[in-house]
Amino acid sequence: MKVSIDPALCQGQGRCFSIAPAIFDFDDLGNGVVIGDGTLNAESVALARLAQSNCPEHAIFIEES
Amino acid sequence: MTTKPPVEDFATDWDHTDPQWVNNPYPIWEELRERCPIAHTHRYGGGWFPTTHEMVSAVANDTVHFTSRQVVVTNNKFPEFAPPAPMGGAPPITSDPPFHQIARRIMLPALAPGPVNALEPQIRELCVQHLDEIAGREFVDAGSEYAQFISPGVISRMLGFPPEDEDRFRDFVHLVLDLVDLPAEERAPLFAPMADYFSRQIDDHLANPRDDFTSYLLGVEVGGSKLAPEHVRGTMVLMLVAGIDTTWSAIGAAIWHLATHPKDLERLVNEPAIMPLAVEEFLRFYAPVTMARMVKEDFEFFGCPMKKDDWLLLGFPAANRDPVAFDDADRFIIDRAVNRHAAFGLGIHRCAGSNLARLELRVAVEEFIKRFTKFELAAGGDVTWAQGQVRGPRQIPLHVLAS
Ligand code: HEM
Repeated sequence: MKVSIDPALCQGQGRCFSIAPAIFDFDDLGNGVVIGDGTLNAESVALARLAQSNCPEHAIFIEES
Repeated sequence: MTTKPPVEDFATDWDHTDPQWVNNPYPIWEELRERCPIAHTHRYGGGWFPTTHEMVSAVANDTVHFTSRQVVVTNNKFPEFAPPAPMGGAPPITSDPPFHQIARRIMLPALAPGPVNALEPQIRELCVQHLDEIAGREFVDAGSEYAQFISPGVISRMLGFPPEDEDRFRDFVHLVLDLVDLPAEERAPLFAPMADYFSRQIDDHLANPRDDFTSYLLGVEVGGSKLAPEHVRGTMVLMLVAGIDTTWSAIGAAIWHLATHPKDLERLVNEPAIMPLAVEEFLRFYAPVTMARMVKEDFEFFGCPMKKDDWLLLGFPAANRDPVAFDDADRFIIDRAVNRHAAFGLGIHRCAGSNLARLELRVAVEEFIKRFTKFELAAGGDVTWAQGQVRGPRQIPLHVLAS
């Protein structure tokens, strides 16, 4: 599974990188970015989902595979 | 003081400065959400108030039909292209696309988590200093003796203003945010001292550039030219107005909550690890900031006939209590794990200071409950809530039970 942030939707609310700093980081403007290629393992998937369910802009997507 | 008739029906005659709304708006919003859910008023020259999360989000994301030209509801509507369009009086909050993005991008790097998190030790020190002054007392006012000092201290340092001017900042903010009820011709002249003050600060920074946000704004170049002076001044005003009252209200509301909910206080004292969740729930439940938009052209919005230049009161706090968007929306759950609140707005105007505001709120509450581990509202003490679009307790008289 893979997580991504849609940069057109992200407004830098800052929830994802606070909730899951191992998965998300921020750029110079404070917008969220995914660390690495966003591949999730059994442990990180729950955290990524939690971040997703806290994003006020609905900008986080998790692709099942 | 102007006297206005009290509101009898908020669905057809809402007024966010009516004492009922100021004291406790939540039951009003709940009723409107069920009955309307978009309320109307003829006051302030006419306006609308949507109460659901869906509608608030739709307005915030619709810059085609709504303009941010004026974001504070007053008795004075400016004409459409009045200068300083397109930036508006306080860019970027009063700017629309495409200018908005230019004005916003200038601010974002300074307010991103990197530079903001570096301020934590300074903010903590500021909190501790103010707590030292009230330490050991049985009765303290957590509003006027604590909460109100934190954000002016932080913002005036960022802007590079003399710290001794903080009382003046509070007056400026009061003028912009609270005195919205005054007739236009009484309100306008009150802005002169504020404009003078900022001009003097700008002159001083031009003569003596230093490492602060004011000098940064004066030096920044967009497309090869410096910002217009009214842009710089507008953004500085915005930092003060957006950065002070808002955060002070959030800190005050959090402490007020803890004073009135002893179990939550006890839990937060004993389980500091839940603080990040508590901060988000304070922000959701007591969201201090309501914004406004103006309707750009006649159109129908969720069945309501909106007219050009109508106000639209943008109730992020009301959206945060919508049961469709939140489980148990009317319950404060200190460790709520799923909390998609809109306290910092939604869409392109998302609060540029949200990283700073969160940090101040967390540190101010952490230090307060470290110093005072048990407290309640003092018997007979009056809690007054600020009127207008920024809501928070101004006085929070506490009886300290353990420190
Ligand atoms: C708890 C405290 C705060 C709350 C609840 C809050 C809330 C908000 C909200 C709801 C907006 C959206 C405005 C809109 O949609 O029209 C906003 C915008 C803004 N806030 Fe805050 N704010 C807080 C603290 C701060 C601080 C500390 C600063 C300054 C450093 C700040 C600076 C700004 C700026 C510059 C904007 C305009 C952004 C834009 O238009 O792109 N705010 N704030």
